[in-house]
Amino acid sequence: MQYIPQILFLIFTVFAIWFFSKNMNIIRRNILLGKDKDISDRKGERWRNVLLLAFGQKKMFRYPLVALLHFVVYAGFIIINIEMLEIVLDGIAGTHRMFREPLGGFYIFLINFFEILAVLVIVSCAVFLIRRNVIKLKRFISHDLDGWPRSDANYILITEIVLMSLFLIMNSADATLHDKGQYLISGYLSPLFSGESAYTIEKTAWWLHIIGVLAFLNYLPYSKHLHIILAFPNAYYGKLQPLTEMDNMPSVQNEVLYMMQPELAPTGDAAPVKFGAKDVQDLSWKNLLDAYSCTECGRCSAACPATQTGKLLSPRKIVMDTRDRLTEVGKNISKNGSFVDDGKTLLHDYITTEELWACTTCNACVKECPVSISPLDIILELRRSLIMEESNAPVEWNAMFSNIENNFAPWKLSPDDRDAWVNG
Amino acid sequence: MQVPTMAEMSANGQSPEILFWVGCLGSFDQRSQKVTRAFTSILNHVGINYAILGKEEMCTGDPARRSGNEFIFQMMAYQNIQILNGYNIKKIVTTCPHCFNIIKNEYPALGGNYEVIHHVTLLQQLIDEGKIVMPEGGTYKGKKITYHDSCYLGRGNNIYEAPRKVLEALDAELVEMKRCKSNGLCCGAGGGQMFKEEEKGNVRINIERTGEAIETGAKIIASNCPFCHTMLSDGVKSHEKENDVAVIDIAELVAETLNIKP
Repeated sequence: MQYIPQILFLIFTVFAIWFFSKNMNIIRRNILLGKDKDISDRKGERWRNVLLLAFGQKKMFRYPLVALLHFVVYAGFIIINIEMLEIVLDGIAGTHRMFREPLGGFYIFLINFFEILAVLVIVSCAVFLIRRNVIKLKRFISHDLDGWPRSDANYILITEIVLMSLFLIMNSADATLHDKGQYLISGYLSPLFSGESAYTIEKTAWWLHIIGVLAFLNYLPYSKHLHIILAFPNAYYGKLQPLTEMDNMPSVQNEVLYMMQPELAPTGDAAPVKFGAKDVQDLSWKNLLDAYSCTECGRCSAACPATQTGKLLSPRKIVMDTRDRLTEVGKNISKNGSFVDDGKTLLHDYITTEELWACTTCNACVKECPVSISPLDIILELRRSLIMEESNAPVEWNAMFSNIENNFAPWKLSPDDRDAWVNG
Repeated sequence: MQVPTMAEMSANGQSPEILFWVGCLGSFDQRSQKVTRAFTSILNHVGINYAILGKEEMCTGDPARRSGNEFIFQMMAYQNIQILNGYNIKKIVTTCPHCFNIIKNEYPALGGNYEVIHHVTLLQQLIDEGKIVMPEGGTYKGKKITYHDSCYLGRGNNIYEAPRKVLEALDAELVEMKRCKSNGLCCGAGGGQMFKEEEKGNVRINIERTGEAIETGAKIIASNCPFCHTMLSDGVKSHEKENDVAVIDIAELVAETLNIKP
């Protein structure tokens, strides 16, 4: 009978890790549905970005106060999770605080340090909840977040507060129970526990804490909070070229080359190519990694000239739509073995032409994103599909295209007048 | 004015040190032509060995590519690169950040490799090298000027300091807008927007941006891009401030200070 808690613990942990891995594998599979894109260059700069942008959260510091709070939650969560090592080992071995005796005074120091962090995390999460629900910052009340995304954000913050509170309660009850002297912060909670209740409370808090952590882990794949993992690879694979440099399309480059120099054209029928992206499978895997890395903070849309002036376009929605559609396609594949046409596409069913036409390609969204997402890349790929697959453009653009083609300038003006300014 | 073309130079067996890429707005738009002439007059004044392509220049394909029409872009790029490589061009200066970006960053993948600089960078270099000497107590001494960062020069290519250094050399008082440098708000023209009606919304982007510029109290909005120039000039008119506030390209400010007339 005495092994039951250990067995239960093992079952929970193994199941949680198995289920998490299963979902992460699905996400990996979904990301790899995207088109191939070679991002294997400039490794040194990429690792530097992982350090600066992901570990150091450099871009968050464009707004220092929020950045500090966010950094506390991030650092606090990571550092306090060192304590998880002891919890897991205790759980498996059926021991109780196995590091306390060997570490002695250093153990007390560590727990005190973790407790300070725990309080800072609780305070920061509370501030974040207030910003979202009381102060109602513009980017958090946007319609982009209506429904699940808004709840998602609140669930994450509440869970973090609950987990940190359980950690403090557990410590306090434990100290009461073993009469080893109270810890720095949780000591203030000790009057709440009498000797008899302390045992039950300690055990309950310990179990709720570990179950909570494992549940939270499994919540990640369904949540915007997945950014705590994917921000790292996304920083690595982020764009290093000048922001305004667009990706080349070798397929079109070659078609034009063969048109201009037919002698270079290969003989035989060329395989048909699809231009741009109509659905998520037509985007690159980096675009799809972007979609899963997005934490829906809305800094992109807050900086977007179109969003700010009341246009339908919101870069955050572009990225969220991409993830939603990808999740849908993924479910379709899981269910049917391979993708079965569902009559829907990212273009039109999720993202409308009006949104796409509103972009000025100013790169403000790309510049702002703390986790190296490019909403603009997705917009441009969808535009390519609209123009080159559907010939769907505003009439003025069609005129501009034909002017460039025929007069070598975007207006219907004679190329002979190009140097007329010299005589002006 | 005297402006050498590549064709003439090549016929005489000469080659210029630098090619001035004028761009479509600079060539055809009346207001932008003034900028082109101002910049040309500076080149003449300094005695730089330059040339233009003249009638042989074509749209770089920027608005087409960004609207999604890769075919038109590739056709233009192919033809331009043929001409540039045919003349063995090594270095290009342009007064348009869109042309600058696309020739510098996107033509190399298509076989067009050149050293490309934007005119404000060239102006800054000429000032630094002492080839342009600003007179004491120039036209804009102590005058409040605000500077609008174009997206394709600023965010796109991280050029924030060169234009500001040129304004400093004018002895002007630079007043920054609320959103500047990497936070700068777009004028609303990029990505093909210049050539179509704005989508529906609460306010036009150029009116929003011009409002910020006017708020600084500056009487001059310095620009570096013919697209921004057009959008901001329209914005000033919408605010009914065209008699108080002027949108002026940095090249024009320099030419005016040097008192050189095209």
